[in-house]
Amino acid sequence: MDYSNFLYMREELSLVAVMVILLLYDLFAPERSQRRFQLVACILFGVHTVLNLFPHEEATAFGGMYVYRPMLTVLKSILNVGVLIVFLQAHAWLESEKAVIRRGEFYFLTLSTLLGMYFMMSAGDFLLFFIGLETASIPMAALVAFDKYKHKSAEAGAKYILSAVFASALSLYGISLLYGTTGSLYFDEVAAGITGSPLQIMAFVFFIVGMCFKISLVPFHLWTADVYEGAPTNVTSYLSVISKGSAVFVLMVILMKVFGNILTEWRGMLYGVIVLTITVANVFAIRQKNLKRFLAFSSISQAGYLMLGVISANALGMTSLVYYVLVYMVSNLGAFGVISVIEQKTGKVTMDDYNGLYKTHPYLSLVMTLSLFSLAGIPPFAGFFSKFFIFAAAASEGYYILVLIALLNTIISLYYYLLVVKAMFINPSESPIAPFRSDNYTRVSLVACCAGIVLLGILSVVYQQISLFSFGM
Amino acid sequence: MEYTLLILLLPLVSFFVLGLLGTRLKPCVAGWIGTLVLAVLTLVAYVTAWEYFSMPRVEGVYATLVPLNFEWLHFTQNLHLDLGILLDPISVMMLVVITTVSLMVHIYSMGYMNGERGFQRYYAFLSLFSFSMLGLVVATNIFQMYIFWELVGVSSYLLIGFYYTKPEAIAASKKAFIVTRFADLGFLIGILVLSFYTKTFSFDLLTSGDSSIFAGAAGSTFLGASVISWAMALIFIGGAGKSAMFPLHIWLPDAMEGPTPVSALIHAATMVVAGVYLVARLFPVYYFEAPDVLVAIAVIGAFTSLYAAVVACVQTDIKRVLAFSTISQIGFMMVALGVSGMEGHEGLGYMASMFHLFTHAMFKALLFLGAGAIIHAVHSNEMDRMGGLRKQLPVTHLTFLIACLAIAGIPPFSGFFSKDEILSAAFMFSPWIGWTMSVIAGLTAFYMFRLYYNIFWGKPAVHEHEPHEAPVNMTLPLVVLAAITCVAGFIPFGHFVTADGLVYDIHLNWTVAGTSIVIACVGIAIATVLYMKGTNPVPTRLAERFKGFYTAAYHRFYLDELWLFVTKRIIFGYISRPLAWFDRHVVDGAMNGMALVTQKVSWAIRGLQSGQVQQYAFIFLLGTLIIVLLLLYV
Repeated sequence: MDYSNFLYMREELSLVAVMVILLLYDLFAPERSQRRFQLVACILFGVHTVLNLFPHEEATAFGGMYVYRPMLTVLKSILNVGVLIVFLQAHAWLESEKAVIRRGEFYFLTLSTLLGMYFMMSAGDFLLFFIGLETASIPMAALVAFDKYKHKSAEAGAKYILSAVFASALSLYGISLLYGTTGSLYFDEVAAGITGSPLQIMAFVFFIVGMCFKISLVPFHLWTADVYEGAPTNVTSYLSVISKGSAVFVLMVILMKVFGNILTEWRGMLYGVIVLTITVANVFAIRQKNLKRFLAFSSISQAGYLMLGVISANALGMTSLVYYVLVYMVSNLGAFGVISVIEQKTGKVTMDDYNGLYKTHPYLSLVMTLSLFSLAGIPPFAGFFSKFFIFAAAASEGYYILVLIALLNTIISLYYYLLVVKAMFINPSESPIAPFRSDNYTRVSLVACCAGIVLLGILSVVYQQISLFSFGM
Repeated sequence: MEYTLLILLLPLVSFFVLGLLGTRLKPCVAGWIGTLVLAVLTLVAYVTAWEYFSMPRVEGVYATLVPLNFEWLHFTQNLHLDLGILLDPISVMMLVVITTVSLMVHIYSMGYMNGERGFQRYYAFLSLFSFSMLGLVVATNIFQMYIFWELVGVSSYLLIGFYYTKPEAIAASKKAFIVTRFADLGFLIGILVLSFYTKTFSFDLLTSGDSSIFAGAAGSTFLGASVISWAMALIFIGGAGKSAMFPLHIWLPDAMEGPTPVSALIHAATMVVAGVYLVARLFPVYYFEAPDVLVAIAVIGAFTSLYAAVVACVQTDIKRVLAFSTISQIGFMMVALGVSGMEGHEGLGYMASMFHLFTHAMFKALLFLGAGAIIHAVHSNEMDRMGGLRKQLPVTHLTFLIACLAIAGIPPFSGFFSKDEILSAAFMFSPWIGWTMSVIAGLTAFYMFRLYYNIFWGKPAVHEHEPHEAPVNMTLPLVVLAAITCVAGFIPFGHFVTADGLVYDIHLNWTVAGTSIVIACVGIAIATVLYMKGTNPVPTRLAERFKGFYTAAYHRFYLDELWLFVTKRIIFGYISRPLAWFDRHVVDGAMNGMALVTQKVSWAIRGLQSGQVQQYAFIFLLGTLIIVLLLLYV
């Protein structure tokens, strides 16, 4: 065996190095140094992010099991930045009395799921892909149940693991059928063997619903709201952004690479799923009073918009998809950051609690407003541009009706996003949330999110750089 | 010459510093920051001009330099928006004019605006204006120019409405913004049409004289004129709005509600000549591709000039007299461009127009700043509150007189030389235009001296406080500008700016020059007889004799009322109101209906989200099977 193959996996290797160092640090570092654990974790991960910022040349390792393309560096970097922001936002929570003892676990589990996503994205074979998928799922259940002394968190963990196992089982069944009909697990060879026979179609559907579960597309989304609500807020934001972003990307690559022969079939399926996802999620979002549940439905509908990039199945779609993930990440993390800090300090998460927030927390209200505007796609914020590009991608393949439905849904979504803004700025309140000082880690993360929301759209360089990598995917 | 980036960077930084710190700065500190930044900026502009004009000429022409250019938005190979800095003789000249006048206004405002509320805000806006105006003149392409064009409009809006507690100021600022914005619509459409056919925004390509880039428009006509003519006419509408050409001039007299130094900077010297600059910038396109539009520009310029001169003769508010005088003088510049040719002596008009822009900026800023000093002393804009001020305000009096002589066209002051070149060019083009412009020159001399005598001679008005001379930071700019006005006429302007770029030696055409001096003297003489003593009954009797004409002229021939009728009655009444009804009932109705349906559905299906994980799995599996069946059997 040629061990130099490992050198192609530099992202994975450096992530594993970070994980091992953190594990050892957490176990063996003296009491005095323990206080700085989170700072060290953030710095280490920051170094990892910077080291892997620059793409190298295309490579295939381990006989096609592992595939590297420059676009992966772009996406992995985007995820890294997102994870870094989540770490910053989680700081205050992990310093709290009940979580402080287990904070090492939080970092280790989070990074394990990230490692799983890395493998999932780089896989050139269904086996590695499935291992990655499971590595990303199982620690996630532990993360969701992190506040295990809370009933809701424990319940959410149970629901997540049950649903995830169910989805994985279906996926695995699909993969086994694919193996049975094509005689291989390598993406290239499976792709060549796909003829569109009824058995293969069934195998395809079983396989793909597992991915739809991860992305929480309707009707495979039902776990989302309960899990998002029950999980600790920082885990929720991680779940809604990082896990979803990587899964959508992988889905697009697999659909294009492996199932190119049954393009019409999966496009037809996605068409229906997208319409259902965006509409149903919006309709549910309108009634939500708990902001975490509210953002759960919002993120389901955002996933529907993401799928518009997938359905276009061309380079423009790939570019706009990755760009959308980036913009959605900063916007959603901005919103979750505010919710997280307020929940941490006061324990309040419903929309009514936010009445009159502007009076006591003008900056937090501003960040929240920017994030929601960006999620709703109001110009000149980044969310407008990402929606614009992804609509353009779908329209370029002739999906005019679909784009029209998506457009109508953005109007509905505007309504519920503005409900929150109205609560903060207009609704009077006798007892608004009392003023408090948020910690510096949260502040840095929120400033980063706002900068992203304002600048990503205006600086056309970002989109152009992504589009440079998307050709040949 | 990359340091020219400072020209844009300095005022922008100053704007942000002053704007963000705001009242946390002491007023005098804010004033000093603004003024010092402007002083440095002026220095940079002078160094740029010095370095640019000391470069060796290439084939007798100063090369066009683009020290900086970066692609801002890239759409396709041809279609991209750039931001950059372009240096050529006219943009370098404008840099000098803008920074000089702006510096004077900054210094002057330290005295004039002293103690006003919002002093810091005032200086922040001045910096914003300087940034926008400089960005406009150094634009490398027509789209960049448009961006800064709008920014100039915004800063003008902010400064006119500076006294935002005064209803007149608010109304004036809105009027200025809406009227110029309306004209800019033409500008934008013109840009789009022009770039659609030529596939470029770049000034360099458009004015290269290479007619092949207009080949795409060959044969395309619209309502009998070529599309390029249409585009250039639309672009001119934008210029006419900013430069207050008839009938879009109505905003400029009202804009005098702003602080007087602002009027001097924006509404006399810099922003209002942006239209002239625009036509000059695109002159080769006008000359080669749209000569018909150029003739129209000359006619509109001449008419505007005459109209404004007549109105200026009967106004009683001194700033309004100056405003109409500005409109009239910009008309002169437009005429000069309209009658100009391209080569050698033919291109005299182009040179004259730019020369007049230069000299006019200096003496008109001087007049406005002088008017500011007078208003500062007597606390009124009305002529009958003045009179006999020459003793109390000696410096203002002397500098004001110099400016009046310059604008009237008396040698050796700068206005004589530039106006004489314009008249020569006009006579060369057509005696009709030449004589019209000569008569207007006479009218100019008359109304300026009417103003002068009414302020400084005649019966002294009764004042509560004895008027006294302005402080030195206000008189210093007056003296500097007066000095420039005295010597600027002797600048060999044809060595720097000409239509074809080659050296052109200015030589006075004594027939024209003699006639114009005589006409100017006649104008001054009549004004002297009628107004010097302030007791001559003839003006009142004339006004009564020609009451109809006098009242019409006093009310600016009711143009404002005409515009109001068109907008309020016709547009609001017959277009806006039905649209509003449609919006309220049909559009909003559809939206409300959609919201209602969504709410209903939302309540109806809430049972699906029960919280039971076994039900979730059931729906999950059901969904999977339905998809399989659909894909297999549909």
